[in-house]
Amino acid sequence: MTTLLPAPAPTTGVSRKAPKGLGARIRDAFTSPKYGPVLVTAVLFVAVFVIGGIRYPGFLSGQVLLNLFVDNAYLIVLAVGMTFVILTGGIDLSVGAVVALSTMIAASLLQAGLPAAVVIPLILVATSALGLLVGLMIHYFKVQPFIATLAAMFLARGLCYVISQSSISITDPAFIALAVSRLPLGGGMSITWSVIIAVIVVAVAVWVLHRTRFGRTVYAIGGGEHSGMLMGLPVARTKVLVYVVSGFCSGLAGVLFTFYTLSGYPLTAIGTELDAIAAVVIGGTLLAGGYGFVLGSVLGVLVLGIIQTIITFEGTLSSWWTKIFIGVLLLVFIVLQRVLTARRR
Amino acid sequence: MTALLARFVSSRLFWPLVMLAVLLIIDVIAVPGFFAITIRDGNLYGSLIDILRNGAPTLIVAIGMTLVIATRGIDLSVGAVAAISGAVACSILLGSPDPGNPATVAVAIVVALLISLVLGVWNGFLVSVIGIQPIIATLILMTAGRGVAMLITEGQILTVTSPPFKALGSGFWLGIPIAVYVAAFVFVLAAVFTRRTALGMMIESVGINPEASRQAGIRARGLLFVVYTFSAVCAAIAGLILTANTMAADANNAALFIELDAILAVVIGGTSLAGGRYSLAGTLVGALVIQTLVTTVYTVGIPPIATMVFKAAVVTVVCLLQSPTTNQALASWRRSLAVRTGKGVASA
Repeated sequence: MTTLLPAPAPTTGVSRKAPKGLGARIRDAFTSPKYGPVLVTAVLFVAVFVIGGIRYPGFLSGQVLLNLFVDNAYLIVLAVGMTFVILTGGIDLSVGAVVALSTMIAASLLQAGLPAAVVIPLILVATSALGLLVGLMIHYFKVQPFIATLAAMFLARGLCYVISQSSISITDPAFIALAVSRLPLGGGMSITWSVIIAVIVVAVAVWVLHRTRFGRTVYAIGGGEHSGMLMGLPVARTKVLVYVVSGFCSGLAGVLFTFYTLSGYPLTAIGTELDAIAAVVIGGTLLAGGYGFVLGSVLGVLVLGIIQTIITFEGTLSSWWTKIFIGVLLLVFIVLQRVLTARRR
Repeated sequence: MTALLARFVSSRLFWPLVMLAVLLIIDVIAVPGFFAITIRDGNLYGSLIDILRNGAPTLIVAIGMTLVIATRGIDLSVGAVAAISGAVACSILLGSPDPGNPATVAVAIVVALLISLVLGVWNGFLVSVIGIQPIIATLILMTAGRGVAMLITEGQILTVTSPPFKALGSGFWLGIPIAVYVAAFVFVLAAVFTRRTALGMMIESVGINPEASRQAGIRARGLLFVVYTFSAVCAAIAGLILTANTMAADANNAALFIELDAILAVVIGGTSLAGGRYSLAGTLVGALVIQTLVTTVYTVGIPPIATMVFKAAVVTVVCLLQSPTTNQALASWRRSLAVRTGKGVASA
């Protein structure tokens, strides 16, 4: 358990020389600020899945599990981008609005007759550029990430309305084919292209964070920006780049979201930034930065998704319970993080 | 005279006031009669009065937010708290046999405020006792709060008819909108309590250095409880005004984005999000700038949908002007100017 990945951040655990038993190792893993929250999330996810399986017939199936990915592919991509930002100790409030902007750009350009092969790269470039501007504002003008991304959120949401005030549906055949075609996995199960894209994004993100200099610098900035600077790490470039990554991921998430809804609507994805932040927190990333895993955020998204699924299966619970549950979960995980980091200090 | 001007230019209120003036000048150019105030049925009407009245909820929330931000915190839950208080008041009014009775309205308002008190204590508890970062602690209530509000309204939009309650949102007293009185009352209350006592200094001290203020004998814990509770009560008052304005409690959309507007008002007013020194007057100007901006967009004839783009532009400009990088650049430019004209360094 403790040998999941090489440690990018300094371990705060007490090093003991004596060989440890399995029980002690498991206890150590669950109480470490680095792995503890992720493991708790994983246990929670499995527990909820099993309880759902006992309670509702047809719940414990591969397709229900795969549908979590199909329905939340865009949120997974968003959470990956958000993880980069939060690891450096920042925050990105603009992602929901950028998703909406991407759906609007996609819908309006496709309506104008541009091919999907042009539209999608264009969206990614535009949202990355927005992320770059935000990053420059944060690093070079010392504007708080909260305020700078808030401005970006207003800008993106405003541009949505400027493009159109009403919903634009997408009729481009190539785009629809990409969106609705399902890839059979055998056994009557299937996934969409969105899932493949999301999985690729996650894989690339894991590789970047754990196997590249950029990734190590991201962790270092979260651990202590000043120390990182003194160590000669490219802090400025990295801090700007994480917002570019987040912008790119938001754009891609917007494309996946468009696959899901096949329309552009300016009011769409309001509050998605909160879902993404919640997923990252539930996934065990410390909001002060420095600790956390992309795979944890994916687990966080799956937990949010399974709560939604349970509420759908239950039938009698109203949709607003989702928000309350997410709030309660957030509380539990934040307190857990707090307790774990306090114990180790 | 020059010294006075230099002091004014270097004051934190300078750029926000310039922004406000520019917006008002644009308005007057677009509509020459913009400043005109007419008296109808003994009540004042006019664009300026509208700015004051519509800006009141934002201002009230922003005052509470100013104190929270001064302690190096932030309160994201104000929109949700406002929605809850509106939902509570409306459901009480709907459940009573006589919603028009002033006593019923008073009960509804008092209960809504008491609930907000509890919510504020909850935020204060998370921040001060458990020690969670404010942005995250209040994020919990921001996410769950709208759900709770929907639980209260059972997912419906509750509409009520109650003249005394309606007066809170759109009524007049001595010719001036009641909402403006409420905002003024909250503003004066906050100003007197924090500036005429040591409270304000303690809040600033906690914001500048929590550890040092603890060693100086300031009880940060109680102080944090006070500011978060005050912020939640402010949010509830704003929520009641907004609900009374439309006479409907909409758990999803009531006071949507008001936390962002309030934070913007505080930041435009020159209070740093890093905590410490705060300016209530700055917040007042900031809230007016935001409301005037919205009004300007309507007056000039820009489609109202573009408001958010303009808000983004204003936020960006103000933030860049207040940024330390810009200040340094400006300072060195001013120095080089002073050296060139041989007047010595301007007394800043």
